[in-house]
Amino acid sequence: MFDAVLQALVNGVIAGALLAIPALGFSAIFAVLRFPNFAIGALATAGAYIAWIANVNFGLPIVAAIVIAFVSAAIFGAALEYGALERLGRGGALMKAIGSLAMSMVIENIVRFFFGNDLRAFDLPLARDLVFGPIRIGPQQITNFIFALAIMVAIWAFLSFSSLGRSMRAVADNADLARLKGINPRLIALVTVAVGSGLCGVGGTLIGLDTSIDPLLGGRVLLSVFAAAVLGGLGSIPGAVAGAFVIGMVEEITVLALAPAYRLAVGFIVILVVLVIRPSGLLGSKAG
Amino acid sequence: MLTYILFTLVVGSIYALLAQSLMLSWGLAGLVNLGLAGFFAVGAYASAMLTTWEQAPILVGVFAAVLAGGFAGLLVCFSTLRLRDDYLAIVTLGFAEIVRIVASNEVWLTGGTDGISGVPVMIARDTGIWFHLGTLLITVAAVILVYVLQRRLLASPWGRALRAVREDQTVASVAGKSIVRFKAQAFSLAAAIAGLAGALYGHYTSYVAPDQFQPLITIYIFLAVTAGGNARPAGAVLGAYLLVAFLEATRFLAEIAPGVTALQAAALREIAVGIGLVFVLTLRPDGLLPERSQKAPAS
Repeated sequence: MFDAVLQALVNGVIAGALLAIPALGFSAIFAVLRFPNFAIGALATAGAYIAWIANVNFGLPIVAAIVIAFVSAAIFGAALEYGALERLGRGGALMKAIGSLAMSMVIENIVRFFFGNDLRAFDLPLARDLVFGPIRIGPQQITNFIFALAIMVAIWAFLSFSSLGRSMRAVADNADLARLKGINPRLIALVTVAVGSGLCGVGGTLIGLDTSIDPLLGGRVLLSVFAAAVLGGLGSIPGAVAGAFVIGMVEEITVLALAPAYRLAVGFIVILVVLVIRPSGLLGSKAG
Repeated sequence: MLTYILFTLVVGSIYALLAQSLMLSWGLAGLVNLGLAGFFAVGAYASAMLTTWEQAPILVGVFAAVLAGGFAGLLVCFSTLRLRDDYLAIVTLGFAEIVRIVASNEVWLTGGTDGISGVPVMIARDTGIWFHLGTLLITVAAVILVYVLQRRLLASPWGRALRAVREDQTVASVAGKSIVRFKAQAFSLAAAIAGLAGALYGHYTSYVAPDQFQPLITIYIFLAVTAGGNARPAGAVLGAYLLVAFLEATRFLAEIAPGVTALQAAALREIAVGIGLVFVLTLRPDGLLPERSQKAPAS
């Protein structure tokens, strides 16, 4: 029993790291544009498929496929924002949320139109699990975990040290004050949407590397991503990362006790509990 | 052919009920319910379980469905009403997923993915065309009933207060209106209407299963309500029938398109619905029948 819990925790940390990438993207977009973007799941799916084409059809290495997934999901996300959603903003943030849900259905079905519903796997070498005492880990899991950590460090560095990243944080913190300081809000919104969507594409790819890809890949993790973001405090970047690790671990522990399908329910329960007890989340400032 | 038209009209009436539900919560109270399909499912299951397994009369089942929908609505909205509206959108979206997961996995309760078959129908099936026609009359009667109810509610002080809450919460609360109570009432009443729609649907198809309650339905109804006019009862009803006409038209178009598989055709339809919704939201957010501003009562 103890071994099983330990194994679940290790799996949970790895799952949490993968979840943290799209959760970061979602939170960043929420922080700057102030609406929940429901298209992030579909963007994750789209990124995963592009990476899969790069890897399987063109024989590119996984690292290159991840970069391509980032760039293409960033372009899709920006096109979505400026092609469709921005004009809806006049009717309020919720209009954009509804529009993003509609567009996520469009993206998911474009993927389905071209690729069908079949499961697809990346071209990965078969490898034996590594065994540490009672714990078993696949080498691909470790690689994915390292990728995820590296991306988190890169985002942290971008937000802390680059002037663009610092401007993003300023706009998220207080948009009016940032504008007074001469920061162009439209440029920052564009960069945020592109980076946030790109992260979703990478997240989708990492999840696809971990399991397999199909058109519902992003839709399945959507609720977990929301839960991570709400738990951390909507719009808080470090909160999203912390929330993702917690959700990842709780989900893996739950699988020990309940049917695997209830993994999805964890996110929902966590969201409800957080909203009742502490709506601002672990690291958020305000929810009102 | 006649059967097909009647079937389409019954589905249209069920969608009209769902649209009326969304009109009430979204159009009037400003509460975005992205889990409409979930409340639809709750109603369908509540009535199907009671009437199929417990042999309760259909009327009792339908009544239970309305109660179950309303109660689920109260439960879902309760945790978020004091917060920003975004939270309700996220929670309702999750709710619909959870309903489907529970319905698929708790075989002892819901029959699992096989669903519940042999749900009693309202008009005997062996009456041929009368089965469809009779069901259509019943569903249309339900739509009219809800329509009359909504018109009365809208004209009442309650309806005015609700719109005040939607337009400006601060002003409404300064005027002494309890924001949370009005929102909770509107949301759970709307969820009850969705429950009614679910019950009638189950008693028409005589079969209830998790696959029938895809999130897609929620998007359909958003399209119907936006196209028709999201704050007018008549707009919601009109939008729902137009939506069904649009869906059936695209079905024929997809069938005559060459070299497209059934799966691809279904994907194309959903793409059309999604893009359609964004277009309508962008170009004509008030719909075909925009909200009429009410005159102040003469004093």
